[in-house]
Amino acid sequence: MGELAVYKHVHYILSVEKRKDSFESVVMDHLRMNGAYWGLTTLDLLGKLGTVNADEVISWIMKCQHESGGFAGNIGHDPHILYTLSAVQVLALFNKLDVLDTDKVAAYIIGLQNEDGSFSGDMWGEVDTSCRNLDGGFGCTPGGESHAGQIFCCVGALAIAGSLHHIDKDLLGWWLCERQVKSGGLNGRPEKLPDVCYSWWVLSSLILIDRVHWIDKEKLVKFILDCQDVENGGISDRPNDAVDVFHTYFGVAGLSLLEYPGLKAIDPAYALPVNVINRIFFSR
Amino acid sequence: MHGRPRKAPKPEDEAASAAKAQKLRALQTQFFSYHHNKIYTKEAVELSAKLLEINPESYTAWNYRKLAVEHHLSQPECDPDSAKSILDDELRVVESALRQNFKSYGAWHHRKWVISKGHSSIDNELRLLDKFQKADSRNFHAWNYRRFVAESMNRSEQDELKYTEDMIYTNFSNYSAWHNRSVLLSTLLEKKAEGFLSKEKVLPEEYEFIHQAIFTDPDDQSGWFYHLWLLDQTVKADSPLLISSWPAHGSDVQLVDRCHNDSAFSPFTTLHSDSGSFPVVLYFNQPVEGVSSSTVTVESEFNKSEDLVWNPLSVSNSQAAKVWVTHLKFPTSELHCPVEVSVGHSKGITSTRGFQYSFSSVFSFKVHVQPTKKDSSQGSVAESILWREENFKAYGTQSEESIPILSFDQLSIRNDPEPTVSDWRVEALSKEIECFRELLSLMDCKIGKLTLARLLMAYDSMSLSCTNKLDHSDEVLELYSDLMKLDPSHHQCYKDGHSLVLLKQVTSSRESLLKYCSKYTDSVPLTICSPICLRLNNLSLSRVGAFEKLLWVQMLDLSHNELQSIEGLEALQLLSSLSLRNNKLRSFTALDPLRKLKSLRVLDISYNHIGEHSIDTTRYLCASPLSHLVGSEWNKDETVIGDVALINYWDAFLIFKELNLKQLDIMGSAIADEKFKSVLVKIMPTLKQLDGERLG
Repeated sequence: MGELAVYKHVHYILSVEKRKDSFESVVMDHLRMNGAYWGLTTLDLLGKLGTVNADEVISWIMKCQHESGGFAGNIGHDPHILYTLSAVQVLALFNKLDVLDTDKVAAYIIGLQNEDGSFSGDMWGEVDTSCRNLDGGFGCTPGGESHAGQIFCCVGALAIAGSLHHIDKDLLGWWLCERQVKSGGLNGRPEKLPDVCYSWWVLSSLILIDRVHWIDKEKLVKFILDCQDVENGGISDRPNDAVDVFHTYFGVAGLSLLEYPGLKAIDPAYALPVNVINRIFFSR
Repeated sequence: MHGRPRKAPKPEDEAASAAKAQKLRALQTQFFSYHHNKIYTKEAVELSAKLLEINPESYTAWNYRKLAVEHHLSQPECDPDSAKSILDDELRVVESALRQNFKSYGAWHHRKWVISKGHSSIDNELRLLDKFQKADSRNFHAWNYRRFVAESMNRSEQDELKYTEDMIYTNFSNYSAWHNRSVLLSTLLEKKAEGFLSKEKVLPEEYEFIHQAIFTDPDDQSGWFYHLWLLDQTVKADSPLLISSWPAHGSDVQLVDRCHNDSAFSPFTTLHSDSGSFPVVLYFNQPVEGVSSSTVTVESEFNKSEDLVWNPLSVSNSQAAKVWVTHLKFPTSELHCPVEVSVGHSKGITSTRGFQYSFSSVFSFKVHVQPTKKDSSQGSVAESILWREENFKAYGTQSEESIPILSFDQLSIRNDPEPTVSDWRVEALSKEIECFRELLSLMDCKIGKLTLARLLMAYDSMSLSCTNKLDHSDEVLELYSDLMKLDPSHHQCYKDGHSLVLLKQVTSSRESLLKYCSKYTDSVPLTICSPICLRLNNLSLSRVGAFEKLLWVQMLDLSHNELQSIEGLEALQLLSSLSLRNNKLRSFTALDPLRKLKSLRVLDISYNHIGEHSIDTTRYLCASPLSHLVGSEWNKDETVIGDVALINYWDAFLIFKELNLKQLDIMGSAIADEKFKSVLVKIMPTLKQLDGERLG
């Protein structure tokens, strides 16, 4: 079995941050806040968060905050709940949540809740509802087909709200464990190709409902390691595809959930290192 | 981001990319200027279209376009014709963006937003969808949008059902179509639409349909989940029902704090209690709400029914649970008295899906209290338990006495009306069993074996109320063993299933259960008296279950198994001694069910794996600040242990401070070093023995 090329991946992430002029980079301009979260969390899991200038990052984050309290994907863009989440997560990594006017941010998020309990992403109302399906999973809209990404969002939300008892864990567990295909990788829904990002969506859901022992963990580790670009760093969706920060994060986070040696443990619901979460909840 | 091949960048590619990037950046800068200055001229709006054509993911551009549309629609000179052309423009921009990336959330959402302004026809939208769904029949954006269109334009479920049928006949391997079919059928059945009045008529046809998919290619998962849904529709009991209780119907319960060795009472129904009260436990077939003194009456000489408080045994603060408990205080003087419990005589108990408790269920038992006499013929309750083989003597079949707690030949609770099982369900299951046996005779396949195992278990539980009770558990155990070899990646999933069936088998009859019962004695017999110990050790159990048959258990030995979870154990409210020695418990959060066991005094969790794993799989299944089930007051009064210990051992703290243990064994796990043990002693001031050492 191969090994995790830690230094290559650190180097890759730091280089992506600097490479702002390629076409790929400009096209992703609007989600730079997500990119910051993916890159920085990966660095922290690899024990290398110290290689980044925290003050620079934090000052840029605060420039993305709007009057409403919400954060945008990058300077100039509109606020959205997704980027607000990433901003808060990055501040938590650096243990700098105190720079926030928490009431203001909370007010922005509360303002996005609809009458039926769901949340809109922003004022335009794109709603990512969690609707439990007949196969035990969750779809994006009422009646929507179960999709592993959506399942994670719903299971994670229920976990944080102390409501996992609403889930039929055996039913959902079986649907999730059948995402593991012959190569050892996980797909997002039946009869689809495996993808490293599902090592997070499916895996964290399985861990939250205590059914992760229903998959072959070793085979999955091998699949993730096979998706590395050991020459240039970074991890791709499938072996020999192009790498990106998104899949690098999910690969490393997945390995952390699989207890790959040398990695910090990650919290499956908050998707931040366990020590960061414990620091927030358990210090006096 | 997905599916692009990895290749080394060539210098000419990098130059081209940089040029494209510059162009896009210029477009973006100009766009921001228009957006921030709220400029919505034709030129500005066209620029945003160009931007979105290159980059359909730029969400701010979609937002801008919505603002532009609203701006133009609100102009006084805007008439229906110009409104139509404005909205047509938007639909065109969306289509071109979707051609670039038909999975673009921004594009689909924008289209929905435009449609909700009341424009475009259903035929138009379905035509667009047809194009996309032909290109990719699994595009869930398209399916979601299809559902949105069908609903907002009032297309009938029957028409949509026909569409799924067409898609499936084109290609059986279409999970999205099967999924949609299940959603539509659920709605039609619930609405009791024309032609969908009863499951009895609808399901058999669906079974025929799904067989075509599964039997064509058993390895294709598309049909598996649909079949499981059909099975669930066939089997599930909508009405909540009381299926078990403690005390059991017809039993004679003796309450003692010290025991009489020449007692005429069965050790199975003698409760050793020093608290002056005993629990009454109700076990339902599904989680229910509304169990209270208004909906349940407990008639006895020594208690007032309306004063009783009923509590649900649920992890969270949920008001719904399968198991409910109350406590009856009993007097210290001699007492022989009947108790009658009635459930459901008045409305109020409902399942989480809203079905009312529709039976009137009654059970009764007798309570006996013998006051404590201070003489030497009485034994004392064991000071500590030594879980050694030589201390257990098989109970055997020494006596012909019936175990009144377990009436296997009739329902233990009198229900009125008697719940019956409809014929069509049993018939549907036997037919499925036949079909899958046939499939397996032709080919050895995983879905065949797994489905047959599920069918047989469902069939057996349907026939519970019949006189000729069927038991396929041996065959099912063999199917699970086969599956473990056939599909080793999912070995543990089948192991869990195997364990549950094994426990069902163990608790299925008086004869089988007695084999696992022992009496605890120690070096000096006759001076020790203790309840019957149920010994389920060395059975390779990875899961525990069958709790409705085990409510009477006070002493339980689950040592030398493979348990990493004890979910459901909270139902065993009488438990006073428990051994989980030599199992696979990985964290203290996994012990959360024990917090509800107020009678637990002796616990052995030695030789487990606590502290050896960085990832905790029961972290959110436990009531803690993380799941917001415990508030910030959890450590408010804490002065006994320091800050560092609190962060490091928060889970041990949460669990152990609520237990009233006298004896604890914890050695053999990585966590159990001297530092931790000294913290434990501070958290549990009532503990008398830790790892064999006397304290205090």
